[in-house]
Amino acid sequence: MTPEDPAPHARATRPPTPPTAPPKASPRHVVARILQYLPAVLLATALLGVWEAYVDLGSVSPIVLPAPHEVAGEAWRNSGLLASNLELTAQEVGLGVLLALIFGFVLGVLIHLSPLLRRAVYPLAVGSQAVPVALIGVLLVFWWGFGVLPKLFVIVLICFFPVVVTTVDGLASVDPDQLKLLRTLGASRWQALRFGELPAAVPAALSGARIALAVGVIGAYIAETSTATSGPYAGLGHQINADINALQTPRAYAAAAVLFVFAIACFYTLALAERLLAPWAHQPRGEIR
Amino acid sequence: MHTQFQSRERHTQELRGTDQPSSATGDGVSLDNVSHAYRDRRGTEVQALAGVSLYASRGSVLAVVGPSGCGKTTLLELICGLQRLDTGSIECAPAVLMPQRDLLLPWLSAVDNAALALRIAGVSRTRARMRGASLFEELGLDGFERARPQELSGGMRQRVAFLRTLLSGKPVLCLDEPFGALDAITRQEMQEWLTGALVREPRTAVLVTHDVEEAIVLADRVAVLSPRPGRVVAELSVDLPRPRTRTDPSVIALREQALHALNLGAGGGER
Repeated sequence: MTPEDPAPHARATRPPTPPTAPPKASPRHVVARILQYLPAVLLATALLGVWEAYVDLGSVSPIVLPAPHEVAGEAWRNSGLLASNLELTAQEVGLGVLLALIFGFVLGVLIHLSPLLRRAVYPLAVGSQAVPVALIGVLLVFWWGFGVLPKLFVIVLICFFPVVVTTVDGLASVDPDQLKLLRTLGASRWQALRFGELPAAVPAALSGARIALAVGVIGAYIAETSTATSGPYAGLGHQINADINALQTPRAYAAAAVLFVFAIACFYTLALAERLLAPWAHQPRGEIR
Repeated sequence: MHTQFQSRERHTQELRGTDQPSSATGDGVSLDNVSHAYRDRRGTEVQALAGVSLYASRGSVLAVVGPSGCGKTTLLELICGLQRLDTGSIECAPAVLMPQRDLLLPWLSAVDNAALALRIAGVSRTRARMRGASLFEELGLDGFERARPQELSGGMRQRVAFLRTLLSGKPVLCLDEPFGALDAITRQEMQEWLTGALVREPRTAVLVTHDVEEAIVLADRVAVLSPRPGRVVAELSVDLPRPRTRTDPSVIALREQALHALNLGAGGGER
């Protein structure tokens, strides 16, 4: 080492910046977070205002279109009924989407590993999305009887597809050079999958799961409609149909509003889970090299 | 300075210690009349290498310089067994590739990336981390063990990538423009660091670069390749003591020789 050379370990003397310091929840931060939701709140309020004005000024019958304040009142009066129906529907959606996530991920990995399976299964998976699920639900009730099984089947059938597609794309997104490198480090095919491809597919599959959750809620409605049971506690979807038939339109709207909020909550819960399960996918990119 | 040397000695012992193969000091690489052609996207056959013969003795550094597209990367992939030979033969101990891009896995911490080869070899996560972390101070990376690759500078990422290469325990290192993506200052730092690392931890290394100076500063022998199809147009021995500097007159003289050979190769393609 000659004197005019810069010290080779110059970088080492730089004090290490704390690598994974999460931003502190200062009051300013909290305000900023709340302000982020402001556009959504404003838009929703404006839409509700238009709706309310239309009903009030146009004197529309509440059986056809109840005003938002009527829906809110109905929701308040029937909160117990709505809560127990939501519980059932939430279970169906949660379990259904979880099964769809597992099934879709495994199928995606198998399709990725086997070109034969890809050629064999992919067309069928695409075709499955054109199946009239409502009819399938009715037929499954004849086959499996009333109960949660036909409903779950309907939800999984609707939800697995986005997970398969995003998983396959995520697995294929791994840099071929990365796989070459893993090979020279001595990795077997299985280890290349375990260290290189599966982690890359996790955020992709979770994005698919977010789509699945959003359609899963309407899937639950279809499932409950097509596998109709009697009784007041048969899920929100079933309650909506029963109320419409009984001309209790405001209560049907209240149930629909609960589903609406539930779908939003699911979506953002999963986004949060994604941040925890795949934090690397959300970190800011480093300096441009 | 004194403490640094002490820690280097400790590091050498640690590396030789546990589960390294017995050939940790390295075996030679020998290529005999190697040719390789591949098909490009339009299906036309491209002759990447034509009759390349090269030799690197145990523990020596062989640099391969040449214009872009002369099949340098293909050469390394052949040595690492990532591509099949058309003709000729290669005799070589197990080789590990260090690509130009660091290709660190974004979901692993720096230390887990460095110790990836150990995990692949079946070492437990805890032990692999301990082995990796014990070398972090050596590389000027201490405090960054748990940082993710995105949080590291280009030079640090490259050091982690080199540590990953070293910890694979394979006797032959194939370095594909390891510092090509770095800025000039970081690159010089890394060259000095690599010189030191190979003195402490002798391995056979094949270094591919388009930087003639880098080749002469780092290597024992320099092979100059012609434009595609790549063939060896000159071989230089660099019998200079290490560490070398770019301003050393003998380095400059060798550089002129190598550049001359490069120009001849580009002009006539003749030996």
